[in-house]
Amino acid sequence: MALTVDAEHTVPARRRGAPASHDGHRGAPAAHGGHHGPTSFWSTYVFSTDHKVIGLQYMFTGMVMALIGGFMAYAFRMQLAFPDQPVPGFGLVTPNVYNSLVTNHGAIMIFWVAMPMLIAGFGNFLIPLMIGCDDMVFPRLNRLSYQLFFVSAIVLLASFVVPGGGFGGAWTSYPPLSSSGTFNHTPWGAPLWLAAVAIEFIAFLLGGINFITTAMNARAPGMRMWDIPMVVWMIVIASILFMASAGPLIAGAIMLLLDQVAGTHFFTPAAGGDPLLWQHLFWFFGHPEVYVVLLPAMGIVAEVITVHARKKLFAYKTILYTTAGTAAFSFVVWAHHQFVAGIDPRMANLFTITTLLISIPIGEMLFCYIATLWGGSIEFKTSMLFGVAFLAEFLLGGVTGIFLGASAVDVYLHDTYFVVAHFHYTFVPIAIIAVFAGIYHWYPKMFGRLMDETLGKIHFWGTIIGFNTIFLPLFVTGAAGDHRRIYSYQHFQQLATDGLQSLRVVATVGMLIMLLAQTAFIVNFVRSLVRGAPAAANPWRANTLEWAAPSPPPHGNFAEMPTVYRGPYEYSVPGRTEDYWPQNVPA
Amino acid sequence: MIDWLTPRASSFAGDIDWLFALILGFVGFWFVVAEVVLFSFLFKFRRRRNARARYVTGTLKTEKRWISVPHVLIILCDVVIIAATLSVWAAVKQSFPPAQEKVRIVAQQWAWTFVHPGPDGALDTADDVTTIDELHVKTDTTYHFELTAKDVLHSFSVPAFRLKQDAVPGRVITGWFKPTTPGQYDVQCAEICGIGHGLMPARITVETKEQHDQWLRRAAAPAGGLVATGPGGTPWR
Ligand code: HEM
Ligand SMILES: [Cu+2]
Ligand SMILES: [Cu+2]
Repeated sequence: MALTVDAEHTVPARRRGAPASHDGHRGAPAAHGGHHGPTSFWSTYVFSTDHKVIGLQYMFTGMVMALIGGFMAYAFRMQLAFPDQPVPGFGLVTPNVYNSLVTNHGAIMIFWVAMPMLIAGFGNFLIPLMIGCDDMVFPRLNRLSYQLFFVSAIVLLASFVVPGGGFGGAWTSYPPLSSSGTFNHTPWGAPLWLAAVAIEFIAFLLGGINFITTAMNARAPGMRMWDIPMVVWMIVIASILFMASAGPLIAGAIMLLLDQVAGTHFFTPAAGGDPLLWQHLFWFFGHPEVYVVLLPAMGIVAEVITVHARKKLFAYKTILYTTAGTAAFSFVVWAHHQFVAGIDPRMANLFTITTLLISIPIGEMLFCYIATLWGGSIEFKTSMLFGVAFLAEFLLGGVTGIFLGASAVDVYLHDTYFVVAHFHYTFVPIAIIAVFAGIYHWYPKMFGRLMDETLGKIHFWGTIIGFNTIFLPLFVTGAAGDHRRIYSYQHFQQLATDGLQSLRVVATVGMLIMLLAQTAFIVNFVRSLVRGAPAAANPWRANTLEWAAPSPPPHGNFAEMPTVYRGPYEYSVPGRTEDYWPQNVPA
Repeated sequence: MIDWLTPRASSFAGDIDWLFALILGFVGFWFVVAEVVLFSFLFKFRRRRNARARYVTGTLKTEKRWISVPHVLIILCDVVIIAATLSVWAAVKQSFPPAQEKVRIVAQQWAWTFVHPGPDGALDTADDVTTIDELHVKTDTTYHFELTAKDVLHSFSVPAFRLKQDAVPGRVITGWFKPTTPGQYDVQCAEICGIGHGLMPARITVETKEQHDQWLRRAAAPAGGLVATGPGGTPWR
């Protein structure tokens, strides 16, 4: 019965023939010097144009930055739990050090961890493999993108050690604080920080062009729009979203940089500028950015849960339409970050309405994911644990957003720890949990070896228990009135209570658990590289094309370029002996 | 619910707490339903030997109902939440009851200056009382405040009042509150404003009319204006 819906998928004759660009691309040796593959260490691992190498470069850089960002969280959380005591391994966290730690923790986690891991890392590694081609359509642009990204990370790290120290005006960088050294006391740190963000944006714009063009033009013969795996769609839509929203922010960043270093006054009220303008430009980008990182994470989770539940994705097209709807809608909710910023109070009503309505497509997406699990045969490999944990945890992030989208409640909760807890229940599932789901799932493809499941499960439980222990108490301290970006609550009579302080200590203990659990991951990751059991080409018995390539895939990916005969999620199709049906296997 | 954690001391604090509880009811319900369904699926459909997964596309009418029915219900919840929010918002931030008193609040790196009208009840007269980090108001009186900043953004936040408003240099933003419960409450700066952002606590003292008049007379007496130093910078423990 249900099978009829997909009957046409098994008839290759009705399919579009090989797209010319696919073959055309393969025949363009200029792009990456033919298919012989480079030989020296430098050209293989450092200056490679191979999408897999570039993807892994992004990922390793992202992981190193995650450790730096995590170390910052360690330092400032210790200060909050044990105020004004030197932090072991760091030292005393003074108010300006605190501000700089918080600012750079946030900026690093979003711009140098979530973005490179989810979009650039997985996007580069997966897109050509999953659509069945040999590389990105612009391989050298791709290499340039990583190089710029690397430079941006260096510039950011350099900004910590210049005179005056690192920028401390929050990752939102609101002027006039951010625009003037007299106010922020980081005359070097602030412009360097901003320059790092700007360079990083250019890197991702280059990457985005590549992802969109490749996915649209270089698909394997037979792969129609509805046969594209969800994670590829999600990365493409996220790239479109990024490219459409980044423009205003880049313009704003240039104005801010000019205010900082060239004495202009775009955002200085004393000279006729307007600080609120920056907030609009920033959040016009900033809110879509949330979905820029969310969508690839949702895509990864779609791949992981279908494989490990042996299920077809529930309502593929509905998910795709709600994704497109969410993406479009995300452009008209930005001022929910500015309810009390001094905007016209009537305007807040508009943004309350749009913000609450965006819960509808997102909720629908999550329902489809949960429905996918119904009737499955679920095997809890580590990647699957992370995949379903994403759903369980992100739900809490989603529903707490409703409180903040309701303007009248946000009057109270804005800039409290309730907000911090809310967005960590979105960002940690996105940038940590879904990323781990993806790493455990594709590690055999990336390195040709299996990771250890026991260490994986220790890592999983440590991460999940640690994470919830950090952020559940922070909903309470936030609702009790703890404002964020405050280095110590001892100066506030209502907040310097034993009850609230013990919650802060609990959160810090959670942070220690979560950070400690990551050693299990690092050990597992490194040890499996040399000692892991060799992985077959398709260890999870999955359908998508990357599993048709050898593990790890060589330069050029496929021994024989695949042809696609059906959609990516034909698991447990009735009447077949096997419970999977790879996209490239003829009927 | 919020009042379990921090006292209520303004006329609209109750409305905001009520709205919080209303939203908690709705989203709490959906959160619990979704988690229960998710975990029961994970348990029920865990891998067993020889059991094969079902083939479900999610495109049949009967299947789509599982998504479309909750979808409609969520829209209904959204509509209720939106209506409630807009009405509370209108009362808190949009339409102000007429002022019985005025006060001026000036934020700067890293202190608050409060200008109280003296016994004559008007600002910008000789008997104004200016204080640092300490605001005195009387109960059951509607205040309009004029909020501005001297240098960078700050935010005037009084958790016990459920009140928050950013202070923007170059603008004077008006808002209102009506204190209800006598006591001393924290004022926090809620917008990062530089190195001393965590070091600009102020206190708000809500007192009865008699106490307030007494305080005003004392404060206004000596030389037409007094600068009282508040708790700024002194740790409470
Ligand atoms: C070890 C795990 C983490 C801990 C313990 C942690 C803790 C915190 C805390 C307590 C704050 C607020 C500090 C303050 O306002 O004074 C904060 C801010 C922030 N965090 Fe995290 N966090 C973690 C991971 C992440 C991740 C994975 C992301 C995003 C992908 C993230 C993004 C942010 C952002 C954007 C801010 C706001 C920064 C700002 O106020 O300018 N964090 N974090
Ligand atoms: Cu937003
Ligand atoms: Cu401040």
